[in-house]
Amino acid sequence: MKKIAISKLNDLFSAISKEKVLYIPADDGANQARFTPWQEGLTLTDKLNTVRSAKDLFFPQVENLVNFKNSGKAIQIIENRTEPQPFVLFGVRACDCRSFDILDRVFLSDPVDTFYKTRREQGVVITLACNRPTETCFCGVFGIDGADPQGDVTCWMDEAALYWRANTEKGEALTAALPMLTDCAEEAIDPIAAKIRSILSKLPLNDLDLTGFNRDRMMELFNSPQWEDLSQSCLGCGTCTFVCPTCQCYDVQDFDDGQQVRRFRCWDSCMFSDFTMMAHGTNRPTQKERFRQRFMHKLSYFPNNNDGIFGCVGCGRCLQKCPIHMHIVKVAKALKEDLK
Amino acid sequence: MQERLKQKALELLENGTADRILGWKIGEFFYDLTPAVFKTRQEIQEEFVYSPFAGANLSKYLIAESRKGGKVAVFLKPCDSYSFTQLLKEHRIWRENVYVVGVQCGGMCDMEKLRAKGCEGVLSVGEDGENIVVETLYGTNVFPRAELLEDRCITCKSKKVVTFDELIGEQGTELESDRFSQVAQLEAMTSQERFAFWQKELSRCIRCNACRNVCPACSCEKCVFDNPGSGVRNKAAADSFEESLFHIIRAFHVTGRCTDCGECSRVCPQNIPLHLLNRKMIKDMNELYGTYQAGADPDTKPPLTDFTLDDEEPSIVHTRGGQ
Repeated sequence: MKKIAISKLNDLFSAISKEKVLYIPADDGANQARFTPWQEGLTLTDKLNTVRSAKDLFFPQVENLVNFKNSGKAIQIIENRTEPQPFVLFGVRACDCRSFDILDRVFLSDPVDTFYKTRREQGVVITLACNRPTETCFCGVFGIDGADPQGDVTCWMDEAALYWRANTEKGEALTAALPMLTDCAEEAIDPIAAKIRSILSKLPLNDLDLTGFNRDRMMELFNSPQWEDLSQSCLGCGTCTFVCPTCQCYDVQDFDDGQQVRRFRCWDSCMFSDFTMMAHGTNRPTQKERFRQRFMHKLSYFPNNNDGIFGCVGCGRCLQKCPIHMHIVKVAKALKEDLK
Repeated sequence: MQERLKQKALELLENGTADRILGWKIGEFFYDLTPAVFKTRQEIQEEFVYSPFAGANLSKYLIAESRKGGKVAVFLKPCDSYSFTQLLKEHRIWRENVYVVGVQCGGMCDMEKLRAKGCEGVLSVGEDGENIVVETLYGTNVFPRAELLEDRCITCKSKKVVTFDELIGEQGTELESDRFSQVAQLEAMTSQERFAFWQKELSRCIRCNACRNVCPACSCEKCVFDNPGSGVRNKAAADSFEESLFHIIRAFHVTGRCTDCGECSRVCPQNIPLHLLNRKMIKDMNELYGTYQAGADPDTKPPLTDFTLDDEEPSIVHTRGGQ
């Protein structure tokens, strides 16, 4: 265990940014925080979490894949891939850190997504324990501990100091390059963790019970008459999807600029009417089916295919941002009634 | 107020005026209400809520709801009633299938403002005169209600319910509002400053389409931006500012029909003040063609569809400081 005085945080960030590109959650002037490349003068936000999740750094909203040029019958393939620079992502919360495990299962299983894989290899994740969890937090439901998050390095903060524990080889290597971190006793974080756990134990969504959402009941859930009511006022926007740290669907499109064809991918949302639209033209016809897909994926299909791990980490972003507040907690609680 | 609305909903359902009620449904917390159709006495008794967090404008839902057969009763706040009236004018709602109960509104509260005050872990809320008392995991906070009001409510243009079958509470009046003052500030900037302002705001756009989908004026069956054959679907932006075109085109498209209900800014997950684009158009229209309020009545012709020989022919390039 290492530590550094809060008054020296700037020195720490400065030293890290000499090693690699450093991102920290900082205020963006619009009453919200986002991961921002650190530069002299940038300070940590007081906000609990960023509006856009940490997945952006590994799976950006838009990414160029390759360009093509046609001349006669020949197709020329133009590689335009830029290799990401090594980076450090500081201040990731426990929920977002778990989301990487979920994204890994999608992008790192065969066939491996090399764009994502390279970023994962190049990125060092430094997590920060959650001093002030809020009412929309329910990471505990998924066995995530906001008082002791994972990551290459785990940090805790109190008024006086930042405490630092390297968990992986990547974390150790970074630590070795930061001489301003001084040794301290493992117990130093105990009072901080205890304080956090006492708040975590009082969170109002702790009673969310997801037992029973298993394979045997999948069709029962799929056919639930409740989808009609649950989806009735869904606007069909992509807010929940785009702020979600685990939503991973994307579309691949070609753009012909007259000179060449640029192939790119971009986030897509199962809430959109043209999601997975192909030549047959018969994708999910109404918002009910689109809405059902999003929640069935997170609560049933994903765990059925991934050792029971839900496609949700309880970060609470959709609870705060859905324009009509029809979020995963409401859906899960309603479906739970069907399983009784 | 909530009890009066609940009683009214029950009465309308039981005396056969309507077979279902469109209102706001209770959430996990005091603030996460969801627009919902209530069909039974039990649902209304247990789940119907009207509170300072019932900001959602229900009028757009009536486009679909009024076509489903039977009769739906709806509660409309004054600003919602402007949207409703505008939709009637555009023949988008089947009026005969809707029973409108107008309700007064003291202004809606904004959770973002509560959170901006550092108020996290909120558990319950109470009203104590003009104060809002919030219980949180970290203690009790008291804020004057005025400090928590949504921006659109601070500059409320009218407490008048434009179209209704019956009213709960007193009919209100149009208000003196300085809602264009922020637009005037933007106009006073140099074009470079203004460009920088919008670049900063709109570069946060994640193109979730919440602003468009919630907008009562955006009621096309199929938006051109959702049509893969249109060539402008634009799922990905070429740069962080390309989204500006989407918002500017949308503002033009709803000009003369936007009632300034403010839903676009309420739902934006990135806190972009989208309503300012629409207000700019409203302000320009007022200055060029005389004061006009969309949705204020069912009959007046909107300036853009009402040509007269005396109409202004504005030239932005020559009269607005362009070179």
